[in-house]
Amino acid sequence: MSASQDSGLSRPPQTTRILAELRGPTVPPRPLDARALAALAANPGCRRRALLDGAGVDKSALAAKLGSPAPFGQSQFAIVRGNSFEAKVKADGGRELLRLIGVEEPGTVSVPDLAAAGPQGRVARTALALREATGADGWTLLDHPLLALEVAGSPVYLEPDAVVVRPDGGWTVVEIKSFPMVDGAADASKVGAAARQAAVYVLALERVAALTEGARVAQSVLLVCPKDFSNVPTASVVDVRKQRSVTRRQLARLTRIDEIAAALPEGVSFDVAERSPEELTAAVECVPHQYAPECLAACELAFHCRSRAREAGAVETLGRSVRGELGGLTTVGAVLAAARGEEGDPEDPAVAALRRARALRQEALESAAARTPREHVECPC
Amino acid sequence: MSLISTLARMEAVESGRAQPLATVRHRRLSGRPLVLVPLTTAGEAGAPLGALVGTDPEEPRLLVVAQPRDRDLRFAFLAELAEEVLPYIDSFADVVEAAERSEVDPETGKKVKVEVELCADAPQLIVPSRAGVEYLRLLGRSTRFRRTAEQDPETPFPAPPRVPLLGRWLTHFGDRARVPGSSLLLSATDLLNRHWATGQSSLEDQHLGALLAWIDPHDGEPGSEAALRAEVGRDSEGQLLCPPAGPATDPAFDNRLLAPAIERYDRARQAVGAAEDGEAAERGLGELHRAEREVRRLVASRMKPTWEAVWRAIGLLRELPEGARVEDRWTRDRWSFTAHRDRVTAGEPPQPRRDDAVTAARKLAAREQAQGQLEAQEALDDPLVLAGRRLSGEAFTAEVVEVTMAWTESKRPAPRPLLTVRTEDRPHLGEKVKVFRSLDGKPQSAEFVRYEEDGALLLRILDRMGRSKEPAEGSVPEKGERIAWTLFEHDQRVGPQLPEAEETPWTHGGPPRADAVELPDAVTPEDVL
Amino acid sequence: MTVFDLAPGTAGAFDPSAAAGRATADILAATLHGTARGVVVDSPPGAGKSTLVVRAALELAAAGRRLMVVAQTNAQVDDLVLRLAEKEPDLEVGRLHSNDSDPYDKALEDLENVRKSAKAGDLAGLPVVLSTAAKWAHVKNVEPWAHAIVDEAYQMRSDALLAVAGLFERALFVGDPGQLDPFSVVGAEQWAGLSYDPSASAVSTLLAHNPELPQHRLPVSWRLPASAAPLVSDAFYPFTPFRSGTGDGDRKLSFGVASDGSGPDRVLDEAAESGWGLLELPARHTPRTDPEAVGAVALVVRRLLDRGGAAVSERSETPVPLTPDRVAVGTAHRDQAAAVRAALAELGVTGVTVDTANRLQGREYDVTVVLHPLSGRPDATAFHLETGRLCVLASRHRHACVVVCRAGVADLLDAHPSTEPVQLGVAVSFPDGWEANHAVLSHLEEHRVSWTP
Repeated sequence: MSASQDSGLSRPPQTTRILAELRGPTVPPRPLDARALAALAANPGCRRRALLDGAGVDKSALAAKLGSPAPFGQSQFAIVRGNSFEAKVKADGGRELLRLIGVEEPGTVSVPDLAAAGPQGRVARTALALREATGADGWTLLDHPLLALEVAGSPVYLEPDAVVVRPDGGWTVVEIKSFPMVDGAADASKVGAAARQAAVYVLALERVAALTEGARVAQSVLLVCPKDFSNVPTASVVDVRKQRSVTRRQLARLTRIDEIAAALPEGVSFDVAERSPEELTAAVECVPHQYAPECLAACELAFHCRSRAREAGAVETLGRSVRGELGGLTTVGAVLAAARGEEGDPEDPAVAALRRARALRQEALESAAARTPREHVECPC
Repeated sequence: MSLISTLARMEAVESGRAQPLATVRHRRLSGRPLVLVPLTTAGEAGAPLGALVGTDPEEPRLLVVAQPRDRDLRFAFLAELAEEVLPYIDSFADVVEAAERSEVDPETGKKVKVEVELCADAPQLIVPSRAGVEYLRLLGRSTRFRRTAEQDPETPFPAPPRVPLLGRWLTHFGDRARVPGSSLLLSATDLLNRHWATGQSSLEDQHLGALLAWIDPHDGEPGSEAALRAEVGRDSEGQLLCPPAGPATDPAFDNRLLAPAIERYDRARQAVGAAEDGEAAERGLGELHRAEREVRRLVASRMKPTWEAVWRAIGLLRELPEGARVEDRWTRDRWSFTAHRDRVTAGEPPQPRRDDAVTAARKLAAREQAQGQLEAQEALDDPLVLAGRRLSGEAFTAEVVEVTMAWTESKRPAPRPLLTVRTEDRPHLGEKVKVFRSLDGKPQSAEFVRYEEDGALLLRILDRMGRSKEPAEGSVPEKGERIAWTLFEHDQRVGPQLPEAEETPWTHGGPPRADAVELPDAVTPEDVL
Repeated sequence: MTVFDLAPGTAGAFDPSAAAGRATADILAATLHGTARGVVVDSPPGAGKSTLVVRAALELAAAGRRLMVVAQTNAQVDDLVLRLAEKEPDLEVGRLHSNDSDPYDKALEDLENVRKSAKAGDLAGLPVVLSTAAKWAHVKNVEPWAHAIVDEAYQMRSDALLAVAGLFERALFVGDPGQLDPFSVVGAEQWAGLSYDPSASAVSTLLAHNPELPQHRLPVSWRLPASAAPLVSDAFYPFTPFRSGTGDGDRKLSFGVASDGSGPDRVLDEAAESGWGLLELPARHTPRTDPEAVGAVALVVRRLLDRGGAAVSERSETPVPLTPDRVAVGTAHRDQAAAVRAALAELGVTGVTVDTANRLQGREYDVTVVLHPLSGRPDATAFHLETGRLCVLASRHRHACVVVCRAGVADLLDAHPSTEPVQLGVAVSFPDGWEANHAVLSHLEEHRVSWTP
């Protein structure tokens, strides 16, 4: 299982070329940022999302051009607060951060300069700094290192908030977030998202560590947040083995982009700048979506896909969980027709259950109507 | 989601209007609820931006923090909020009735009845959404440990006098809201979602505006279109037509309108501080007031639609008759309110940051019991809820086709009549499975004996027939009666008594330290950026 | 934590009896003569947990320690009472029971030295008293017991232990960490991360507060055959591996009637040969009570009995006929179990146990037929992915396990959203159900028989 996954991470060059053409030859690919990872986590089985993210298409611009702009935005209050908090965490030459790890007397903390030209240069600079730090006998703080991970054939650049290298050669990802830890607890969905993000950094670091003697990537990351209602940093260690293993498999599965891309008709393009809304709409329709309401909080294209799913009467628009008891019925129309006895095989347990459900519901509503005539309904308070 | 509510959602899709999930109202609605619509500042915990609060839909009290990063302004806001909320709470604290409670006599160890006070009614807070409930908890947590100058003259940044008390009450309301079926603190979205099924998913149902678009559309517009406009519709300035119900604001509002207004306010304050003569100071003050009014106007404009939506929701729910057993649950809420009133009066310290082992276990047990009770009571109060339980095999409605008298074989024979009943439902019955029906509001139990050859069910009635050989009048169903039986019990068994906190066993860390006093949160100048 | 003496993967002279005997001796020594207030024993499926509990009870009683035994269900309590009485008929045993009608197994009526009462006071003088955690929780104002044995401690909730821990001075906690975790019907997130989270398992609270307690483990599964132990150990117990007590050739399953070439017969042959069989039906989204899958399960059972199955094992030299009481069907949901029962009745099969994973915990059969929890589902849920559920279903058998499933589960797992919330301070259970399902599935695929009914 593991061997095939790893080999799946590299793409034949022609796929890379096809994906570049889909995006638009002059358009640089979008990085696999936190939003794209959230969309991947929310709906790993969606082919439309897989192709667009794999090709690095700017889904936000695409959604706007399709007429259903993404509702995501960030308040400048939150940005200002986040930046000032991160600066505070990294203050004092990294010693503040090491105090959070529990190292009161770190000795000299090395904070190497990671500046370099271009992303490839920065990635190389980071790898060099990691190697030097691993050989050194002290603590090193890498401030905004740049890592690369090959996803579906193209390098994806990732920028963790920080990586700490221990004197024993251990590498630990540090994730700084501005949501609070109140009495040691934090919003579990936000911690979950941070853990998934950090897990990708762990995967990318592991590829560097494989080439670095004495290096070992910690499977737990350090999550740093404001304490209670202050902006004093506090930290918690988060075990990301689970997220790492899931994300690793999901990224490997992005290889299926091959098949998705190969199935596209000739001349399809998602070039937002060059193509008309009609052309883009048609292009997007060529790739099947797998809309679920969870997409709304994660994917830029969700409102577009939702309107398509609703037009088609897909039962998923009411939530993934409704499908569990519906068996092979996939549209609202089919479900209602089956419930009314107009369609469907009564031997099918799903159809039979729907008919009983409808009969019981009708009976209850009628009995209630008989019991309390509308005009007598008044506020008893 | 159960199949029966899935079906209701699909009917809503088809008809373009929400469909009923209940035929009675399953929560208490106070005659005088306090509605609270809070807004918070993005990116910062416990930095309120404003609130609309009050008991009169026509006259909300507007509270705004013109510069949320200013601690003094925050405290002023919290002091004002306390002045709105606490008098409302106090107005319920003094109207009491006599009640009995069983307590363990410390000398004899026996349970005895004690005469106590029970508040005749309780306050009720209603916020727009679940996030609002969570936010009240956060406000409660951030204020209940604050120290006032009176408590501690040395405290570096003293809080206004009534703020810690506000925190304790908000904490109590927030905690009570976790008890299934309680009504002390409710959210408008939860209230609506309990009673109606929309043609969208439960995730989308968390949007108060979209939810109302399905339940109470204007001019018969299809729910999906009205809901879409509520979700994403924007005006020419790029602002949402239906602002989020909070406490978070729309980033476009923050960036385009609020941030410039706050900046203007900051500049005006600086100008006042830097004024070198009276005339400049006066000019500066004028500008400061204008700037402050502008921030207030903007913040109010984001809260007003939500305020109206919450009252609309309350109006819709008032049209439903209250379920028969809602009163019973509300009485528990009144006990809860009275108990906290007594703790405050007795001068007990604020609720700790985290529960100790015994308290946590007690709360969990109480909530599990409340959950079981809520599920049973809702089904007994509402045929539509019962329909769902019938579908899942946990209840059945049956017609009595035959009654055969029988008795126990003891020295004093007791009646054990056998009922032959017929049902179309498919209950999960097995030998000796107990079933219950409601007889004068009390459960009567029977056991399943067997299926007859024609598919009818044979049940044996076990109790509530009096002490004589002949069953009391009306205690045995008659032929032709149609009765709803449940496989679940109507009352929940009371769980075991847990040890006192001082007797926490070694497996759970032993007794908590008696000298552990909750210290106030450390306050640093860096609280304010 | 003690360092385990069994190095997994060390080939060669592994003597299961010796290893198990050593472990048991250590546990008994720690329980009877150790200084710690508690001893924790992890027991993988079929590792002789009940035998250990009975032995420890007898030795504690023999040493004159007043002993209380806490189990989780009445059936478990009655089973322990019967085992104790079988081993030591002269020992006076108390069965503390509830006030319900039929509170204990009728078989206890015939046991002379077992005193039954609903009042703890009536039994207080006896050397051993057994009851459920729920009943013990109501016992008040009695002299504490010198020792307790808490059985199925991983399925016990922390708050249940809180209610009974005041009744004993010291305790032996025994359980299987791989089975279904306890749960709560209401949200308990506010206590997540607390050492005494009332909704967590009793063992996690115990160890959080008493990390120095000795932890032992039974290293050998006597139930699982050599074909199953490595898979179950790797997928569900990666940090506390165990071995099978029997070797590759020690258990054999054969049929008197040859295969008719049908899917059910072929999968039975595969399972008899290798210990595992996957009967894969065509991919389709179905309701939970998928008639085809339910029918396939029933048919497999019917053929298993019709073909004159016989089992050879270390227990007997001669083949033992595979009777219905040695066969079980496992499902995830109660309505699925009901549908399988109905289908079996239609095929004239009686005496085969059909139950959900929850109810099959702790039970043992020669052959199990499992309706895969994810078969035909359009989506996976936390319930269906729960590690313990799959573990229970895959570890009830002594000889072979046949899984009936629709194709497409691997894709379903891949499409499963990974948006779980993460609570700070809560120990992660790894591997999780998603990972474990992938592991089991990829193993089963090597024993696949595709069949269209």
